[in-house]
Amino acid sequence: MVCRGLRKTFLTKDETRLFSPEYRGLGGRLKYLASRPTPVRAVEDVSFEVQRGEIFGILGPNGSGKSTLVRLLATLLLPDAGSAEVFGHDVVRERFAVRRLINRVSVEASFFKRLSSMENLRYAARLYGLEPREATKRALEVLERLGFDRHKAYGPLEELSRGMQQKVAVARALFTSPVLLLLDEPTTGLDPRSKREVQDFVLEIRSTHDTTVLLTSHDMVEADRLCDRVAFIDGGRLVALGSPADLKRRFAHLRPDGRVTLEDIFLEVTGKEWPGEEDADGD
Amino acid sequence: METETRPTTTGSIPTAADSARDAAESGQAAAESARVTGRTPGLRAELGAVIGFVERNWYLTKRYFGWELVFLVYNMVNTLTIALIATHVPGDRGRMVLYLVIGAILWGYLSVIFHDVSESVAWERWEGTIEYTFMAPIRRATHLFGMCAYAIVYGTVRSVIVLGAVALFFRLDLAGANLLGALAVLVVSSVAFIGLGLMAAVFPLLSTEKGAQATHIMEAVILLVSGAYYSVTELPRWLQPLSAVSPATYALRSIRAALLDGADFAQLLPDIALLAGIGVVLVPLGLWVFGQGERYAMRTGKLKRSG
Repeated sequence: MVCRGLRKTFLTKDETRLFSPEYRGLGGRLKYLASRPTPVRAVEDVSFEVQRGEIFGILGPNGSGKSTLVRLLATLLLPDAGSAEVFGHDVVRERFAVRRLINRVSVEASFFKRLSSMENLRYAARLYGLEPREATKRALEVLERLGFDRHKAYGPLEELSRGMQQKVAVARALFTSPVLLLLDEPTTGLDPRSKREVQDFVLEIRSTHDTTVLLTSHDMVEADRLCDRVAFIDGGRLVALGSPADLKRRFAHLRPDGRVTLEDIFLEVTGKEWPGEEDADGD
Repeated sequence: METETRPTTTGSIPTAADSARDAAESGQAAAESARVTGRTPGLRAELGAVIGFVERNWYLTKRYFGWELVFLVYNMVNTLTIALIATHVPGDRGRMVLYLVIGAILWGYLSVIFHDVSESVAWERWEGTIEYTFMAPIRRATHLFGMCAYAIVYGTVRSVIVLGAVALFFRLDLAGANLLGALAVLVVSSVAFIGLGLMAAVFPLLSTEKGAQATHIMEAVILLVSGAYYSVTELPRWLQPLSAVSPATYALRSIRAALLDGADFAQLLPDIALLAGIGVVLVPLGLWVFGQGERYAMRTGKLKRSG
C-alpha cells in the first residue's frame, strides 16, 4: 500500500455560532449563511508505504487526521491532492477494485442496533458476495475465538456491551478475509480483557491470514505490542516514522536510563503532551 | 510495496486473498507485479446484494413490528376518514368513495417508496452504517435497487391490505373493475416513482435532518400537483405544468380508469407507455443525481455518522 503526498482539507462552519446572540433572527441567519467556511487541514502531504503482511500503526491524538487518512484509504473520501494505492489499485480511479480488497473496523461499532449480531453479519456477508450460511459459520468461529458467547449472537445488538459490539465489528471485518484491514482505534473504550483479546486476535490473523493491517491508535502500549512500524501524525502531518525499536533507539537520549517510551518520542517530535484515552476518544 | 504473494489464507470462503494466490499460482502475479485483483463480482453477487438489502429491511420490519402495525392501522383509518367525506357528496356515493380511496392508497404507496428509499439513507447515517454500505464492493445501482425492491413489495402488500379493508368497510363493488390492469399500472408507475425516490434520497445524503425535511417537501408538492383527491384541472393554471410532469398524475388517472370504469389494457396502454417513458428517463436521472450527491459527499466528508 502506498500513499504519496495525500492532502485533505475540509471547509467547516461552526454551527454552534447559530445559538449565539450575534446570529439570532433573520439578519443573524443571513450573516451566518454569508460567512466564509473555515478550512481545516485534516491530512497534509502524507506519504508512506506499507509492506504486505505488515502491521502499520498511525499514532496521533484526537483530531490529528488518523480517521481522515483511514477514510481516504477506505474510498470514503476523495483526496484534494496526492494519491494512494492499495495493492496496485488507485483509491480514486479504481475504488471498486479497492473495495474488494479491504475492510474496516472503526472506533464506533456501527450496526443496525435493533438487529442481532447474526442478522447484521448475514447482511454484511450478502454485500461481500459470500454465501451467508458459510459466512455466518465463519463469523461465529471468529466471535468464539474473541470470547463472545455464541448464544448472545441472536439477540439485539443494542443489548450487548460496547466491548461485545466491537468484537462483532471485528468479526464482520474479518470474515470477508480482507487483504488490507483498516483498524481505526478498534480497542478504544474496551475493558482491558476485551482489549487484550482483540489485540491477540490481530496478531493471530497476521500470522495465519494473508492480511496487511493499518492500525490507528492513541494507545502507545498497544502500538508497541502490535505494530511492525509506526508513524506519528500531528495536525495532519506525519512527524516520525519507524519501527518502535528503531524509534526508541533513535530517541534513547531522552531518558538517562535509555528506557524511552513512544509517548516520550511523541512529546519530543511535536512538543505536545500525549492525551489520555478519555481525551482522545475518536478522531 | 511488496510483490510477493503470501500463500496462507485460512477459511473456506472465497476471498480477494484467494484470488491473489490463484493469480500467483497461474503466473499472473509476475505480470501484474504488486497488483492484487479481487474476484469480479458477477450478476449472482449483485443479485445476492439485492437480496441482502431486502432481507435486512425485512429484519428491521420484524424488529419494529409494533410500529409497522401502528402505521398500517393509521394508514387504514386515514383512508377511511378521507373516503367518508364522499358520503356527503351528491351523486354516485360508491364511485366517489372509490375515487378518494384510490387517491389515498396511491398516495400511501408513493410515500412508502419515497420514505423507504430516502429514509434508509438517513437511517444509515444515524446508525453509522452508511460508511460500511458505501464501502461494500457492490454497484450503487445494486444498493439502490435493493432498497427499492423491498419498498415496492412492502408498499404493494400494505396497499392491498388497506384496499381490502376499505372495500369491506364500504362494501365496495369491484366486480366491474380491471384489478389486473390497475396492478399493471402500479408496477409500471413504481419504476417512475423509484426515479423520484432516488433523487429524493440524495437530500439525506447531503444533510441528515435537513435532507429528510427536503424529502417531505418534495413529497408534499407531488401530492398537491398530482390530483390525489381532485382532478388536476382544479389546480391554478400556473401549477398545472407541474402536474403534467408528475408520474403520479398518470398513475392516478389510469388506476381510476381501471377500477372505476373497468378500462381494459388497450385503453390503459397510452398511460402505461407514458409512465414507462417517464420511468426510463427518471431512473437513470435519479442514479446520476445520486452519483453526483455521493461524489459531493465523498469530497466534503458527509458520509460520516450523523446523530
